[in-house]
Amino acid sequence: MSSLLESTPPVERIDMPRTTIAASPHIVASEDCTRIMLWVVAALAPTALWAAYNMGWIAVILLVSCIASAVGTEFGLNYLAKKPQTIGDGSALVTGLLLALSLPPRTPWWMAAVGGFTAIALAKMIFGGLGWNLFNPALVGRAIIVMSWAGVLSSQSVPGGWYRGINVAGTGTLDAISGATRLAIAAADRTASGAYGFDLSSQYVPLLFRNLEGSLGEVSGALLIAGGVFLILKGIIDWRIPAGYIGTVALMSWAFGSDPVFNVLAGGVLLGAFFMATDYVTSPMTRAGRLIFGIGCGVFNVTTRFFGPMPETTTFAILFMNGLSPLIDRAFVPRTFGWVKRNG
Amino acid sequence: MPAQGVVRRGALLTNSGFRGGVHPHDRKAATRNASVTRAPVPATLVIPMSQHLGAPCQPTVSKGDRVVRGQVIGTVEAMISAPVHSPVAGEVLAIRPQIVASGQRVMAVEITCDPEQDFSAFESVDTGQSVKDVVRSAGIVGLGGAAFPTSVKLSPPKDMPIHTVILNGCECEPFLTCDHRLMLEAPARVIAGASIIRDAVGASRAVVGVEDNKPDAVTALREAAGDNVEVLALKTRYPQGAEKQLIYAVLGTEVPHGKLPAAAGALVQNVGTAAAVADAVEAGKPLIERIVTVTGNVARPGNYLTLLGTSFEALIAHAGGFVGDVGRVIAGGPMTGMGVSDLSLPVVKGTSGVVVLDASETAPAVYGDQACIRCGRCTDACPMGLRPFSLGIYANRSDWKRTEQLNAMDCIECGCCSYVCPTRRPLVQLIRRAKSAQMARGA
Repeated sequence: MSSLLESTPPVERIDMPRTTIAASPHIVASEDCTRIMLWVVAALAPTALWAAYNMGWIAVILLVSCIASAVGTEFGLNYLAKKPQTIGDGSALVTGLLLALSLPPRTPWWMAAVGGFTAIALAKMIFGGLGWNLFNPALVGRAIIVMSWAGVLSSQSVPGGWYRGINVAGTGTLDAISGATRLAIAAADRTASGAYGFDLSSQYVPLLFRNLEGSLGEVSGALLIAGGVFLILKGIIDWRIPAGYIGTVALMSWAFGSDPVFNVLAGGVLLGAFFMATDYVTSPMTRAGRLIFGIGCGVFNVTTRFFGPMPETTTFAILFMNGLSPLIDRAFVPRTFGWVKRNG
Repeated sequence: MPAQGVVRRGALLTNSGFRGGVHPHDRKAATRNASVTRAPVPATLVIPMSQHLGAPCQPTVSKGDRVVRGQVIGTVEAMISAPVHSPVAGEVLAIRPQIVASGQRVMAVEITCDPEQDFSAFESVDTGQSVKDVVRSAGIVGLGGAAFPTSVKLSPPKDMPIHTVILNGCECEPFLTCDHRLMLEAPARVIAGASIIRDAVGASRAVVGVEDNKPDAVTALREAAGDNVEVLALKTRYPQGAEKQLIYAVLGTEVPHGKLPAAAGALVQNVGTAAAVADAVEAGKPLIERIVTVTGNVARPGNYLTLLGTSFEALIAHAGGFVGDVGRVIAGGPMTGMGVSDLSLPVVKGTSGVVVLDASETAPAVYGDQACIRCGRCTDACPMGLRPFSLGIYANRSDWKRTEQLNAMDCIECGCCSYVCPTRRPLVQLIRRAKSAQMARGA
């Protein structure tokens, strides 16, 4: 006890301070919805910044376009419906950011804006807003773009940004790879000849650290993994979904005779597994359910990647499992304490 | 056998215990090292006739009567009840209704305290009564907060023999340190109480469970216990001190749905209750005072030995008054205690603390209508394996059939679900509604 406290004179009469009163508990965890969303943004920020640095202004424009359209749509719809404003919960920001990271950099800004609008208006607000949607909004937005402008996303030249013209280790010259991602080339080679035209393991380093093919989020697998691990350690996402997802992709790729590491790093698997499949609203509520959900995403992703027409199927794998998650929740009901006798 | 793995955490071998729970900041630093000191005798005491679960007492004194310290001033014949004693020598000023922390008005005896008080020990008289009868006449109830009459717990059903008496020294509520200080300063009384209760119910084992954030208390109890009573360190995780979770941690057995702990062969008592039992049996002392942790936004936080009937106002004045921006005044701990709106409330047998929360840490009084985002935190946190998000949604729709299917009645109202909910849904309150609606339907 400090002397300061002991010198406090004795108090005779105390008035009840003006306080609120409510039922217990009287304290709450510091993490509310907004703060969780901001942690997700923080986990994705290095990826977004690294993409902007390497790909240049086109990436920045895409990020701005997606985020502005997503947040703007939510603001506008709340305004029109005369409902309390909800953009403060941060979820529209995350949706816009995820949508941008799932698009290749040369996606026209207006196309991205249509995606952002669709994500919020059709996938979220129409169901009643955050918490009531069945499908991940960002993925719905991306799916709409993929369906509506099929060729745009799959055949884009690789941007150089401030580093235009510098060779990326192991990827050959930039001209040689423009037009299709490694994943698409690998898939085409496999379909044509049953073998790959290049060594998949030579792609590990660029895919992990600096990859200019594919979407913004694919710029660095290492940054995505770091962000995902950060969210797991913060207790914001459950490790079971990414572990189930990535583990299944690796295992099944290996079983189908392909390179498991390449299949995990290439395409949208990392972004999907850590940041999209883990969306609270559209994934199961129980631990067992989340593991099953992750495994299901992996199974769908690998089978469609190997036996379907498109190399990039993460979007549809997760959307498919989103549709199943209410059923998974029905199947995995936790046992109430005391309802089954244990140990006599 | 312990329920789950026993792991080494710091200096202690710790039993990890139940599934779920939360880990709020314990906020015990302000009073953890504050020795128990006696709060002053106020000018008057207001002693409610109902300080326990069960039938309220009838006053046995009238206005103007002289009373002595330890004299019975209220009693009742009912099985589930406990008599009330005068903590001081003085004169009955009035018999009048008084609001208590639950918000109810109960009859109370107001006593003007004599300026000179004799706090010498009671005389231990061997009346040949059974332990159960001594405990009953000493007015002892559970001091952990629920205030269930202890004598009733000492008479378990004949067909459910008790093999283990478990003392609850977890003190898993944030802020509170009254049990910690008791275990540290008077471990022998706690251990004596454990032995007395164990022998009274014919159990073979007595175990004190203490959360491993109080290693000094574990050491002190072990020194006092010798081979007589086991002292078990348990993982620090709220609600480790909830009855069913504590039994699971110590015995590895779940109390079956809808059954008493005796069904698992266990009897749980708070450490403070055990010390009170020892005081009654060995020293003839009725329950007239208790340790109250006064902490939070007060000038001099501490653990004060307080006469029952002392007003919150007097206690807070003794603690130097309020400081800072007061958000809420709570009788008990912040997870399960009651918010109070009136400082004339008296300290009663179940008042473990007076916690003054800062406005910045106080849960919202009015909850918004943000939807559940299905994050699953409540499901992960629920120590009973319930799905609070679902219960909340159905309770909001008054769908009592569904809440019943989801085992609402198994909720122990620990508050973990409301605590973790990021959209601040009043989950435990919704489940309380479901429980009372289901009971009304069933009746």
